[in-house]
Formats: sequence, structure tokens, C-alpha cells
Amino acid sequence: MITVPVESRKSAHIRLTLNAEPVEVSFAPYKTLLEVLREDLGHTGTKHGCELGECGACAVLVDDKPVLSCLLLALECDGRNVLTVEGLASNGTLHPLQEAFANLGAAQCGYCTPAILVTAKALLDENPAPTRDQIRQALSGNLCRCTGYLQIFEAVEEAVVKIAEQRKTSTHG
Amino acid sequence: MADSEKSPAPSTKNRSKSKDGELRVIGVPRRRVDARAKVTGQTRFADDIAFPRMAYCKLLRSPHAHARIRKIGTTRARSHPGVYLVLTGKDVPIEYGILPVSQDEQALCVDHVRHVGDPVAAVIAREELTAFEALDLIDVEYEVLAPICDPEEALANPEPRIHSYGEEGNIHKRVALAFGDVEQGFAEADEVFEDVFFYQGNTHLPIEQHAAVAVKDPDGKLTIWSSTQTPHYLHRALAKVLEMPPAHIRVIATPNGGGFGGKSDPFQHEIVIAKAALLLDRPVKICLTREEVFYCHRGRHPVLMKFKTGVKKDGTIIGMHLQTLIDGGAYGSYGVASTFYTGALQTTTYHVPRYRFEGCRTFTNKPPCGPKRGHGTVQPRFGQEVQLDKIAEKLAIDPAELRLRIVESSDTVTANFLRLGTVNLAECIRRVVKRSGWNEKFRKLPEGRGVGLACSAYLTGAGLPIYWNKMPHSGVQLKLDRGGGVTVFCGSSEIGQGSDDVLASIVAEVLGLDTFDIRIYTGDTDLGPVDLGSYSSRVTLMAGNAAIQAAERAKDLLVTAVAERLTVPKERLRFADGHVFDSAAPEKGVTFAEAVSLAEARFGTIGTVGSYTPPESPAHYKGGGVGPSPTYSYSAAVVEVGVNPLTGWTTIPTIWIAHDIGRALNPELARGQVVGSVYMGLGEALMEEQQFRRLPKKLSSAFVHKFPSMLEYKSPTTLDMPDVVVDLIEEPDPRGPFGAKEVGQGPLLPIMPAVANAVYDAVGVRIDEVPITPEKIIKGLAEKKAGRLPRFGPSHFPQIDWPEALRVPPPWEGGDGNAVNHPPRDGKPASQKEKVLTP
Repeated sequence: MITVPVESRKSAHIRLTLNAEPVEVSFAPYKTLLEVLREDLGHTGTKHGCELGECGACAVLVDDKPVLSCLLLALECDGRNVLTVEGLASNGTLHPLQEAFANLGAAQCGYCTPAILVTAKALLDENPAPTRDQIRQALSGNLCRCTGYLQIFEAVEEAVVKIAEQRKTSTHG
Repeated sequence: MADSEKSPAPSTKNRSKSKDGELRVIGVPRRRVDARAKVTGQTRFADDIAFPRMAYCKLLRSPHAHARIRKIGTTRARSHPGVYLVLTGKDVPIEYGILPVSQDEQALCVDHVRHVGDPVAAVIAREELTAFEALDLIDVEYEVLAPICDPEEALANPEPRIHSYGEEGNIHKRVALAFGDVEQGFAEADEVFEDVFFYQGNTHLPIEQHAAVAVKDPDGKLTIWSSTQTPHYLHRALAKVLEMPPAHIRVIATPNGGGFGGKSDPFQHEIVIAKAALLLDRPVKICLTREEVFYCHRGRHPVLMKFKTGVKKDGTIIGMHLQTLIDGGAYGSYGVASTFYTGALQTTTYHVPRYRFEGCRTFTNKPPCGPKRGHGTVQPRFGQEVQLDKIAEKLAIDPAELRLRIVESSDTVTANFLRLGTVNLAECIRRVVKRSGWNEKFRKLPEGRGVGLACSAYLTGAGLPIYWNKMPHSGVQLKLDRGGGVTVFCGSSEIGQGSDDVLASIVAEVLGLDTFDIRIYTGDTDLGPVDLGSYSSRVTLMAGNAAIQAAERAKDLLVTAVAERLTVPKERLRFADGHVFDSAAPEKGVTFAEAVSLAEARFGTIGTVGSYTPPESPAHYKGGGVGPSPTYSYSAAVVEVGVNPLTGWTTIPTIWIAHDIGRALNPELARGQVVGSVYMGLGEALMEEQQFRRLPKKLSSAFVHKFPSMLEYKSPTTLDMPDVVVDLIEEPDPRGPFGAKEVGQGPLLPIMPAVANAVYDAVGVRIDEVPITPEKIIKGLAEKKAGRLPRFGPSHFPQIDWPEALRVPPPWEGGDGNAVNHPPRDGKPASQKEKVLTP
């Protein structure tokens, strides 16, 4: 049983790169990255569905790899690079994954969406042309109760095409 | 626009081509209006809301399935540093419940806990962890009672009683309805089939855990944000328990992170934090843990059912007798409605000239059951469709052909007085038969592979409200701005299904705008007129019709003002592409903003209202309030399975489904609802179940949820999801907005029976029970191998002391929707009977 008054618990302090910006944060040392993101850094885009590593709703990228932020102590993130859904769009332009998810009905209630988006981004960064099975595999830890997943797969595939087109344009033009 | 927020279609630059009656928004696949918020993580769910000085609430829940509370000591908890308040049952003692006939819940139990997880006390503290710690400092003395673990135990054990109301003992509700003489039907039948089925309970499992934040406003009123599907009913419950005028309470339904029926009841935690915020004069938040969500439940009732069906040799149904025994869990919830729903829709798919239904819901010491997608109709649909497969086999008729022979027709009044709208079930069947290659596959695939077919129907909105009143079920207000914007206010709640998009697309269509031009304010009891909530697949039809009326009224004002200015007849004016113009000379026109300005100059501030009340039902008998709907959707599905005969493992490569939707307002979203329903049905068919376990009675009264966690409560992942081929059958139903019927629930219903029928086609084993697990298939295969009945399922339906049936002659026997007898119930005269009005 912890009986220390709450204020004195904010004894932990880290610096990290959050969505390409350097940030510093103080928090109670028991807190997970999920809790620090949502409660101490005001980044509520990342969600929670179980806080036990079961549902995948809290996935963020830590040093480009998908991680369940509910299972990672924030203290372990000192000096690391964290990407959340808030960091996906750049200069007012949605990421092709966000565009495709919005256009193709891949987000219904939208609660699992932030985690699926960043997980899909990690996949596409690693493998720019995944097969449907590779997409299934990469997202198999993210539960979605609304969509039945098919429109999510289709949106990822659409984004693959769009990203390839963008690359082509930027190399040729 | 950087991120193409404006809907990509319709690109109708050339107004002269705009034809009368041509739809420009409706029916076009579009990005939903709230999509950008969702993909950027900006949708504000209840737990994303925080305020300065906000305190956190945690609930202490009963560790016992059934117990009396002897004493609660809160002194130690109250003196814990950082604790602001400790509440117990006596602080919020007034009983409430979603149905007027089942006001049996308390925000915190006063003297009786009825399931593991029933809350007995609340701690409100400066930090969530502090509140959690202080729960351990509350001293509760329980007198443990024997738990009632299932309906048969409830029937056999009137004591200890879980509730002091209901029929008797631990029976909550018993109903008996007779539409014509089924016994005569069985006598006339060529074959009579009797089957017993069991449908296991399962839960919604929304990824968002229930959360709420309550604030005492600066002026002393109460505001609560909550992940609720039914802000209006929560509003009523809060007013009752807090003894406050509804006018001093504002409920804001935040977008739900999935609902599926699981956020449709007023919940204890909502009432507790409201009370705490008022007492403390500071914001109070609660977010349930996943385990607590399992205890709130209100999900699928476990139902044991017996179908007795008499048919002619050609497959014509002569009579059907259905009995259901329903495991209600610890509280009433929607259970009286659920009970009637288990018998309500059997007559809506195929012609059933004589029908008898008896249903019995018992209380048990488990989390209360309630409405989950398909509410109460899913379980008997499973039984009916599997039995029909058996009937087809016995009569040597192809199951698709059999169904095509007996499908019900449009505009029929059924034996139980449900008035059907458009019925395109036959087209659904023909479509999935063709698309799936049914005729080349059924009974023709190699051993271990098979196909199964099943059909269903569902309501497009409950025809009656939960509490008796004659007011509209949905209302919409529009505000038109001189700048050309339109704001929609409606009490509807967005639970992910796309109800905001429905409102935007309808208003945009009528007023010739793009959905991006529309602002939507929904789910807020202060801002919008009442909509009863996101349940019973009612929102598209009801809020949609209200929106059409409001938009048409606004259009009338604009037309009058613009016609005067342009000196053209009103009838010639068209609204499209943000303009109001002369259809005979499209270059002659004004912008929508100019049209609003002209109307505002002519009539004053432009605001209009619309509302919708369902048509009166012809079902006038007691219990006839459950089942009526303005119109019904229909679905047919073919499921292909592969069954490994050694492991019983079932794989599903493809599902074909056709859904009679009337019209798809946004086909992208409609398809998403169909696929999502198929997915959820597949989970129920193959793996999802609420299981409980107990020790031998002599050793312990412990009776606990077997796996209140997402890891162990199995649900389908990306790896389990088959391809789904969706056909939307679009014949607009005049009762729906632009012809639309529901799509959010109906497509779930055929999946479970289609899987069972496919498993039979694959390995010749009947699994008369859901979920259809490998273990059950192996047991069925063992029976088959031993030369016994190749079946796994319940063996008997218990003897139940049914009341005398209410006799209602069907329309073709001259019935007028009233009962011809008045059986005595509970010794109460008929005049004292409460009206049963339910979703």
C-alpha cells in the first residue's frame, strides 16, 4: 500500500522526443508510457482498452517499433523517440494512411484507430509493399470490434499505392 | 484543402445537368463527416476529457455472487490522505432501471449484492491510484447467500430470492402468447419437428471502457459527459435518483468507442460521479477497468429454446410453437423486452399462420444481461434457421429453395400483428445463392468442407418508446446561417455507426450542400431535441425522417424568398452545389448563403424543426409493444467452412451476405456495418462466450466469471476474419429516409445458424448450440462414429409452469390485434397491469 501523498509521487523526470518535438515531463514513477502520454503530456489520441496488453489500443511507435504503451514504464523512455497518432500528419497534411482510413470507412467508432494507424505505419516503413497476409499479421495484435477489419486492410492497401505514387513523383519531379 | 476534407463526390460542376430527383449526396460513397477527427486522434471520448481540480472515482465491488450487506465501515477510507469522499448505498438509495417495469437497481447496493462486481461503495480522491488504494480501507461485512447459477437452478430454487419483485421466486418474467391454434396446425402437418437449442451468452466487448465525467456547473447545475448510447434515458435516471429537475441536468453523450448495446442502460458509475460532483463541487471522473466492463455486461442472454414446427411436404409452415428459457442475470435491465423479443420476430421472415410463444426469464447471480446487437432475436433466429435446415433435409428440398417458397411478402400483417414494410428476402437469397455458387457446392463439397445458408430480419427502430408517451421518438432542429452554414441539433448519439453522417448527408441532400458545409451537434440534452438513443437500429430511420422534415421546412422558406427575388415559380427552383437556381435556366440563381440572407430578410431568423413518430402498430395485445417497427431489414448469408475432423477446428474462407437495406445512404458506411455485423456474428458463432465457474456447493458459495479479460474472452482477430462478399439490395422503402432501412444489426443474425448449417454440410454433425467450438464438433463426430445421433446440443427443455396464454386470433382468422381472453395474472386484475412498452 502506497500512503505517500500524491504530490510527492511526481518524482520521475525524463526527456524524450515526442512526435518530433523534444519534451520533458515529470510524473509519478509507477506510471506507464500510456498514462504519461494521456495524463501528463495531454496527448489523449492514444487510447486504452484493457491496460493489460491484450487489446492493442494503446500502441505507439517507440524508436519506430510498435509498442504497447500500457506495458511500458515511462521511465524506460528517457531519450527515446515516440510517435503517436498526433504526429502522423505533417504540415497540415494527413498521412496517406489517415487519408485512406478516412475515405474508405476504416474507422467506425475510431477508438482502436490511432493504434492501428501507427502500427500500419511501422509496417509500411519496413515493408512498403506488404501482401494482405502480411497486413493481417502486422495488425493481429490490434482488436477492432466495429469494422470486421476488411476496410482496414483495404485502407492500408490504398495507402501503399498512394505512398508509392508519392515516392515516384518526388523522385521524378 | 490539404487533406481533401470535402467529400470527394459528387463533383457536379455543371448544374444544368442536375436532373430533378437525382441524388447528389445520398447513395454516393463518401468520407464520413467525423472521419478526420477519428484518424487524427481528435475525437474526444469520455476518458479524454479532463478538468482542473478533477477528482477520480473508484468503485468497491462485491466479491460475492450473492450476499446480504451487514455493515459497511468507511472511517478508515475517509481518513486516507487524498480521499475527498466515500459514498455508500444510503447516499444514493433511489431505485432506477432502464424499463419502468424493472426499477430494480441502486447506484450502490444498500443491503443486497446480486453478482460479483455489484458495487457497494465509492471512493472519490485526488488521484485515481489514491481512490484505488482507499477501496482496501472500506470494511464490508457480508452474510453470504447461496448463489443461483443458471435458469434451471432458479426455477428449482425460489429461495434465496434475488429480487423481491417479479413473477415468483427467482422468475423475473413469464409470458405466453397464442396466435391461432398451433395444435390444430400440428394435426394438419405432414411432419412435425421438435428441436432444442442453446445459445450461450456473450458480451459486447467495446474497446472503449465505460467512462464518464461529471461537473457541477458554475451556476449550480449538473453536467455529465458519458460514453452512453442513450443520453435521454440517462437524463431521466439521473433526475430520478438525484431528485433533481431534469432541466437542471445536462447529459452529453460523448462519441462511444463502440457500443453494440453495452452502453444503453443508465449505469451505477454515472449516478455515483454525478452525486459526488454535486457534493464536492468539483469535477469527478471515472473510467472502468476492463474487468469492471465485464461486470457491467448487459450482453447477450443465454437462452435455451425449444422449437416445435409443423410443415407440409412442400415446406409450407403450418404452425410453430417456441419456448424460451432465458438467463437474465442479476437485474431486470431490458430483460422484459428481451423476453418478448425472443418470440417477436419468428413470423417476419417466413409465413407462419399459427404461432405460439412462451418465454421465461429468470434472475441469476451473474452480471445482468440486456441488449446486444440483435437484442433477444439472435438466439431464436439461430434455432429457427438451423431447424429449417433440418426440415429441408428431411423433406429433400434444397434449403434455399425451401426458404424461397415460404418467404413472407411486403406489406403483410403477420400472425402476431407486426406490419411489415418492404420484404426483399427472396432477392437476398437468390443473390447469395448465385454469388456463392451454392448450387455447385451444397452437399457436393468433399468431406470436411461445407456451405450453410441462413436468413433473418430485424427492426428498423422500435415502434414504441421505453416509457409510455405520445411524443416524437426523434427531433431535429436546424439553424441556417447567413454565411451559408447549416447547423443540425439532434439528441442522437454517435456510437461509431455513423449517425452524425446520416444527419449531415440528409440535410446536405435536401439543401443542395456538401456534407462539409454542415455542422452537427448531437448527444447533448441541452442543445438538441430528444432522440431516444442509439438502440434498436432506430436512428437512421427516425432521426433521418426528422432531419428531412426540418430540412424541407427550411427549404420552403428559402424557396419562397428566392422565388420572389428571381421572379420564377417556386416549383422551378432547385438546390444543388451550394446554389439555388432556376431549373429551366440554371445560370439564373443565387448562392445558398444569398438564399439564406433573402429568407432571413423576408421571415426573420431561420430555424426549423422536424420530428418523427412511428406509425401506430396493429398489435394491441399486452406484450404487443415489443416487435413493432416502421419497417424491417432482411438478410441472407451463405457461409463456407472447412472443418478438420481430427481437431474440430473450423476455418471460414468466405462469407456471402445480401442485405435488404432499402437504400444505402452512404454505401461505404453501410458495407462497414454489414462486414462489422458479420464479424461480430462470427465471434459469437465460433468462440465468444461468457462462462462462469463455481466450486462444489458444499465447499464454497464462490461463483465467478471465468475470464473477465480480453485475452481470455476470445474474439476474432485480423487472422480469423474471412473474406466477406456484400450485396446491398436497394429497393427504397417509402417509410425510411430516402428509402433507407437499418443495417447495423440485422446482418449479424444469419451468421451463427449459417455456420452451424455449414458445419453439418461439411462433417454431418449438428451443433445445436452456440458457440460452435472444436470441442463440441469433436464430441458430435464421436457420436456419429459410435452410430448415435450425430449431434451436440441440449437434450431437454425443462417443465415450466406457463401462465394461460393470451389468445390473439391472427388477421386471417378475423383477429383485430386484441386478445380474446383475459387470463388472470398474479391475482391482479387486468386493470392494474402495467403497460409493457419496450424497445
